[in-house]
Amino acid sequence: MAAATSPVRASLFVTCIIDQIYPEVGDSTVRLLRRLGVELDFPASQTCCGQPAFNSGFWSDAKPLARRTIELLQHDKYVVVPSGSCASMMRVFYAELFHDEPAMQQRIASLASRTYELTEFIVDVLGIDDISAYAEGETNQNKRKVTYHEGCHLRRELHAQTQSRTLLDSLPNVELTEMEQSEVCCGFGGTFSVKFPEISGAMLNDKLKYAGETGADAITACDSSCLMHIGGGIAKNGMDIQPQHIAQVLDDALTG
Amino acid sequence: MQVTTKQFTDSAESALNDAKIQANLLGLYGGFHQARLDASAATPDWDALQERGRAIKAHTIANLDAYLRMAMENVHKAGGNVYFAKDANEATSYVTSLALSKGVKTVVKSKSMVSEEMSLNERLEEAGIESVETDLGEYIIQLAGEAPFHIIAPAIHKSREEVSELFEDKLNAPHYTSIDDLAQEARRQLREKFIAADMGITGANFIVAETGTLVLVTNEGNGRMCTSMPRIHVAITGMEKVVPSIEDMGIMLRLLIRSATGQRISSYVTAVTGPRRAEDEDGPEEFHLVIVDNGRSRLLADPDLREALYCLRCGACLNACPVYRKVGGHSYGWVYPGPIGAIVSPMLTNLSDAKDLPYASSLCGACKEACPVKINLPRMLLYLRHQLAEGDNYPQHRTSTAKERLAMKVWRMAASNSFAMSTASKLGRLAQPFMPGEGKNKGGSSPLSAWTRHRALPSLASRPFRKRAKDHDL
Repeated sequence: MAAATSPVRASLFVTCIIDQIYPEVGDSTVRLLRRLGVELDFPASQTCCGQPAFNSGFWSDAKPLARRTIELLQHDKYVVVPSGSCASMMRVFYAELFHDEPAMQQRIASLASRTYELTEFIVDVLGIDDISAYAEGETNQNKRKVTYHEGCHLRRELHAQTQSRTLLDSLPNVELTEMEQSEVCCGFGGTFSVKFPEISGAMLNDKLKYAGETGADAITACDSSCLMHIGGGIAKNGMDIQPQHIAQVLDDALTG
Repeated sequence: MQVTTKQFTDSAESALNDAKIQANLLGLYGGFHQARLDASAATPDWDALQERGRAIKAHTIANLDAYLRMAMENVHKAGGNVYFAKDANEATSYVTSLALSKGVKTVVKSKSMVSEEMSLNERLEEAGIESVETDLGEYIIQLAGEAPFHIIAPAIHKSREEVSELFEDKLNAPHYTSIDDLAQEARRQLREKFIAADMGITGANFIVAETGTLVLVTNEGNGRMCTSMPRIHVAITGMEKVVPSIEDMGIMLRLLIRSATGQRISSYVTAVTGPRRAEDEDGPEEFHLVIVDNGRSRLLADPDLREALYCLRCGACLNACPVYRKVGGHSYGWVYPGPIGAIVSPMLTNLSDAKDLPYASSLCGACKEACPVKINLPRMLLYLRHQLAEGDNYPQHRTSTAKERLAMKVWRMAASNSFAMSTASKLGRLAQPFMPGEGKNKGGSSPLSAWTRHRALPSLASRPFRKRAKDHDL
């Protein structure tokens, strides 16, 4: 794909959490993808993929949101999602949500075949393993120490365990320091953290402990929802580690 | 067993606040979980083995009636009896009546989760029959008057010190400090019971249909003594434990043992076909196989839940589950805890009473990743949530509240188009200063104030990305 003469075209599905709470992650995602030569567009009427309602069991409320997302992205371009969880919703769970609507399945299969989480898209579609080649002029050579939290849906629904680490490892000015149990859930789980705040909090405290033990300056992940949860715990405990989406870490490292 | 699934949240919170339970749960991830990872990594073609195991279970469950009939015929041929119990009560009555009619005074038991469904020990005691658990972990919790905490390690929540105190209290044993001494004490106590017992009751890891053979996997050997020493052997099994052939059983054994303890093979694998034959030197005079439904046909009848019957009861999903590793086994309120319990327990007891269980998961998928037969547990949890919220398959169990339904409608409206989303976020930003946050609403009980006990709330951005997109010429 990367070697093709025409640029790779993709729509950005930014996710509602980035849109409403962390728009700067969207900014980084756009800068990053453009730097890699992607011809990007942003379907302006996008909202939410429907996952909160789907996970809560309210499939009748999830369906209209999913349906409009499917219609909105009915084209022949890739769809890039800076979230492993929202990408899983579209790639894995839409088929489940519309299991009783055979007429929808073809459109869902088409969307699923074109939808990628950001780091998957960079490594698997653009074919880029060494992202440092895309740095802009003189980058800051001071190495920053970053630890990585593996989002659950990215790992277990999309089976993408290596792409984000490959990209981080390729950066000369980033040192990836793995934390204990990076693959264990941070306890967010959407409404799970609201319904069972104490269980979720106990899971979060483990995540914070292991992240803190690395001595990293930042904890990164491919999902702003995990980082919102982890970041909320960091703020509550006054810890000296910064939650940063991987789009920001990559964007910063290439800009210097 | 008494069903306390309704009290999930309270039980979970008391487990979270119990320092002993938390300390004893800590070892699971580095212990059983890591042992399973190591054992599967050391097995050539593990993934192919899993696929084969899954295919065997899928085929067997799809033809369960035929394989159960075949198993029954072959047990009969081997000289044993078979009893099909519709529910726990029928199963218990059969075993109790049998024991009474045969003049049984003492029963020795090996581990059986189905017998927990039946409250078998209590019912036997009521009938004046002594029933003694002989699996060390089960023996400990029987002395403590508790339920199993874990499918394969029932007393994993008890430390050596706690067991030592329990033995002092219940057995008048001296104060032991080593696990070896504790095991020796249990062995001395149990040896007397084995000699006295007239009936041995075991579970079954597999029933081989083509031969009528019962297969038991243990590490202590007491299970084998239960099958061989007393004059009557009763095996109790859930109806999903049947496998077609000896060859299939070999596949399932490899998957089960590696996933349960990380061993390549357990210390004992016992295969029993019928009672003692004329040419045998010893063995029981009678063999009874009790095959229990107790709600399993509800799982069988629902294509979205049938997969739950593929479960080998290895416990791998418990060890992998970050929620189980915090709340422990008793919180789930019935026989089966953890992710598989969150599906099986509601369906075998009462779905709406157990409505918290399918929601008590972050849907992280660690259970699915750990399952030796690739059961898609998160998918079934989502399905049960849907049924509880608004589904049509179990309408009598719909338990969503008007508040929950309203919250979803509001979200759906807010996300119905870009303008609505922008309007909702403007309203949200206006409301934000009144939200509970750091130092506000302390001691409140709204969902948000509970949330902010552990985490600060994020703020809505003053300019969402949909506005910033223009800055990027998007």
